[in-house]
Formats: sequence, structure tokens, C-alpha cells
Amino acid sequence: MRGASDTMPLTRRRMVSAGGAALALPFLGRGAQARGSGRVVVVGGGFGGATAARFLAAFGHQVTLVERQPTYWTCPFSNTVLAGLNRMEAIAFGYGGVRAAGVTVLQDDAQGIDPERREVRRAGGPAIPYDRLLLSPGIELRYDALPGYDQAAAEVMPHAWIAGAQTRLLRRQLEAMEDGGTVAIAVPDNPFRCPPGPYERASLIAHYLKAEKPSSKILILDAKDAFSKRPLFEEAWAALYPDMIEWVPVSSGGKVVEVDPATMTLRTDFAEHRVAVANVIPPQRAGAIAETAGVADATGWCPVDPETFESALVPGIHVIGDACLAGAMPKSAFAANAQAKVVAGTIDALLRGEAPGPAKLINTCYSLAAPDHAFNVAGVYEAVDGALAQIEGAGGTSPVGAPADIRAREAEYARAWYATITGEVFG
Amino acid sequence: MRILAIALLAGLAQPALSQGAPPGAWSCTGCHGPHSGTTMDLRTRSAEDIDAALAAFRAGTRPATVMDRIARGFTLDESRAIAQWIADHARRE
Ligand SMILES: Cc1cc2nc3c(=O)[nH]c(=O)nc-3n(C[C@H](O)[C@H](O)[C@H](O)COP(=O)(O)OP(=O)(O)OC[C@H]3O[C@@H](n4cnc5c(N)ncnc54)[C@H](O)[C@@H]3O)c2cc1C
Repeated sequence: MRGASDTMPLTRRRMVSAGGAALALPFLGRGAQARGSGRVVVVGGGFGGATAARFLAAFGHQVTLVERQPTYWTCPFSNTVLAGLNRMEAIAFGYGGVRAAGVTVLQDDAQGIDPERREVRRAGGPAIPYDRLLLSPGIELRYDALPGYDQAAAEVMPHAWIAGAQTRLLRRQLEAMEDGGTVAIAVPDNPFRCPPGPYERASLIAHYLKAEKPSSKILILDAKDAFSKRPLFEEAWAALYPDMIEWVPVSSGGKVVEVDPATMTLRTDFAEHRVAVANVIPPQRAGAIAETAGVADATGWCPVDPETFESALVPGIHVIGDACLAGAMPKSAFAANAQAKVVAGTIDALLRGEAPGPAKLINTCYSLAAPDHAFNVAGVYEAVDGALAQIEGAGGTSPVGAPADIRAREAEYARAWYATITGEVFG
Repeated sequence: MRILAIALLAGLAQPALSQGAPPGAWSCTGCHGPHSGTTMDLRTRSAEDIDAALAAFRAGTRPATVMDRIARGFTLDESRAIAQWIADHARRE
């Protein structure tokens, strides 16, 4: 499971042999702190769900995590796999560490919620009763939103926006492409998972092409006129990959309105682009269970209380991570993990009949423009008038024009962040 | 495991606040947890150290790549409480 032979190793701590459970239990055994006794079901074992499950178990609650996959591939650092800098193993995690923390992990598909009986129905066994339910189901790709782009099309024009087989497929296509080919990246309108992600992807694919296939081009077809960290990306592209990356905003006809996998064509209102590799990132919505549970609104996302993350539509159900409408907070792994810890404290307090305390949340997202060139965007958030808002005077991006050694140090920090957060999420 | 220890020990301190954590504190461990290794590992720092660093980041007198922009999101009292919480709990196993 660990990428020992990575060319850019991600230092990560292994679970200390099989002693995980034994390590966790003495703390629980000390008593006072783990005072909870509620039944919590968590659906989705990604950055939000796995974090919350571990913390709630540590607080003494009986926690069941329902996750359909035995292995979780992180989207963070999946762009380094596309660039050939890491192998798939480096971004793969199992659930041993979550189990060792005292969580019952069921590899199963949550199929429905009965909010009256407070039960989660699942494919492979009896319904699971809960006192509080937490959903962190991530995203669903909308295969009804872009003409021509359905599940079959995704096997030809990968989205690679949920990491795993799709990441591997896109990497293979990049490897198979001949020098001189065009790689298109189609970017949807907001909101979507990881706002700077498409541009980090363009950068790291360029890093690969520059070394291996230098006559190739990257065409970003965007449904927006602006993007996250744009001055920083454009500065990096000019310095590192001159004339390799072209960004077409919506106002210049960038929005892809139809795709044809048979001819590898992306159509905009102004042009047709036949390309060698098409990475089509379609519009998204909250993971399907959110709609089934009745916690998603007409936007496809889930309105929540900005302090407790309890659904505004169905009481007793909390929603965090990409699936929720978190006001000014972006859909990031950092945000999902931060929200998970707040919601674990909230659910713990509620189950013990206490009022949850006030919360503040931080987000920090690094983007790699090259293995030794990174920058970040950060924000600090609190609830204002019923929504999470950025605290004025704080947050913002790394400065434009920073020297190379600072960009290199930020790349080290990005890797350190990845090692730390995946350790906290998966053990 | 250490993070779980933080969570648990935090519970002993001030039960009324999210298992003892002052607002914003939980977000810190995403970077400053026991897995980070580098300067981001705060386990050996005292509360005074962390508090002074946060104050300097906020004032812009300490070189930073991100902590200046984060520190400005917290009041003096909030960052003091966070510094104390990290020092109290992060080092213990
Ligand atoms: C290319 C790319 C790069 C990124 N880079 C970064 C980065 O550098 N930093 C950053 O902070 N963020 C990054 N992100 C964003 C990050 O991946 C997401 O924000 C994060 O994964 C959200 O966590 P989550 O818990 O909401 O959902 P996920 O992590 O997607 O977890 C959801 C889980 O729920 C499971 N699930 C869903 N429904 C069910 C069901 N009904 N039954 C059982 N299981 C179910 C899924 O299998 C999945 O494992 C990146 C994203 C992309 C695409």
C-alpha cells in the first residue's frame, strides 16, 4: 500500500504494526475524557468522514463508518501521479488505522436514510440505527449536464476528479500520447471540488510533457472568466512552461458545451477542438445519498447550519465536506478535515446534552506548479448571519514574485501537509 | 494516535468547549500534527513560544509563507488560548 519506490516520496508514518488498537485503548481506558455513549453513523470514509469517525470514537461514542471502497485514493497529490512523480500506491489508504481507532468500518453502500426511525439502509446487511448521522459523501459527477458526457464517455475522456481508476486511466493516456499532441482540460463553472485543482493539473502535466514530449500543448477550456490563484499560476507557467499552456476563459469561448468521445472532439460555442487527450471535468453535485436523504436542495448541494453543520432540511443529520454548502469555504480536503473535527465536537456535545461551543475554521490549500514550486491560498472562517464568511484582513494567497527558494520551501510544506493530514485522517 | 490523545486529553480540560478546544484550534492539527516532521511540528514548543510566534505573524514581523495570513484571523485572546491548548495537549502521548 505504500509507495516505497516513489520518485518523490511522501514521507508517511506507518501504523505501528498491529499494535494500533492497543495504542488507542489505553487512552479510552483512562475514562473521563471519553464520556460519550451515543450511536453515530458516518457515511463516507474520505477526508471528512474518516476524520470525524476517528475523533468521535476517541470521544467514546459507538461509531459505524459506511464506506463502499476498501481503498481510498486521495485526490490531493493525484496530479503528481498524472505527472509521473508518484505512483498510485503513494496516494492509496486502507481503513486499518480507522478500525484501530475503535470505529466499526463497514465496506458497504449506504442506500437510504429513514430519518423517523433514525436508520441507515445499506446494500449488504441490516439497517444501522443512529442517534446522530453524519454524511461526508463527497461529490457525484453530473452525467446529465454536458451533452455527450456520460459514464461511457468518461472511459474515453477521463475526469479523474474522483481519484482511483480514473487517475490511472488519464496517466496511461498521457503516457501513450505522441509528442506534439494537445491535452485538453475542460473546467466546469463554480461551485466544484477543489477550485485550484484544474490549474495545478495543467501545471504538473506540463512538467511531464516538457521533459518527455516538449512539442505538446495543453488547452484549458474554462466555463469561468477567473480562477483560483490565477496570477501565481500564470507567473509559474510563463517561467516554467512558456507557450505550452493556453487558458481560454468563457468570454473567449472557453465553455465546453458538447463532447464527442468517438472523434475526441470538444465543442464550444465558437470552435471544435479535436485533441489527443481530453480530461473532461463535468459539473458536480453532492454525493447521491444526500439527495436520497433529502438533505440536498435544488442546487444539488446541502445547506447546513454554519456552526453545527446540521442539515437545514432534516434534523439529526449533519453534512460536511464537499457535499455541504459551507459559505465562503472552498471544497477542499483541508476544509473537510477541519469541518470534521468541529462537527465531531458538536455531535459529542449534543449527545451529552450540552450546547456546542463557538467555532472558527481555517483552510489552507497548496498547489504545486512543479515539484519544487508551490504556493498557497488560505482563509479563516466564522459564522456570520447564518453562513460561513471569511474573516476580513486574514487569508489570501502567497505573494506574486516570491523568490525560487520560497516556492521550493512551500513545495516542502505541501508534502509535509499531505503526510500530516493523511496521518490524521487514516492513522 | 497522538492526535487522538490530544482529543482525549483535551476533554479533561474544559469540557464545555468542543472537547476543550478553543475556536479554531482543531484546524491547526491538519498541518501541525505529529506526522509533520518539519518546523510544522509544534510538540516541543511552549505556550509562550507559540503565542509569541502567532503575535509576530499577526504583526508581520516574523517571516512567513502562510502563518501571517492565518494569524490575522484570530484575536489576541483567541490565539493565546490556541497556543495554550497546543502546548497543553500536543506534547502528551
Ligand atoms: C485533482 C484534485 C486535487 C485536489 N487537491 C487538493 C489539495 O491539494 N488540497 C485539498 O485540501 N484538497 C484537494 N482536493 C479536494 C479534495 O479531494 C476534496 O475536497 C475532499 O476529498 C473532500 O472530502 P469529502 O470527505 O467531502 O469527500 P471524499 O473525500 O470524496 O469522500 C467521500 C467518500 O464517501 C464514499 N461514499 C459516498 N457515498 C457513499 C455511500 N452512499 N455509501 C458508502 N460510501 C459512500 C466515497 O466512496 C468516498 O470514499 C483535490 C481534488 C482534486 C479532484
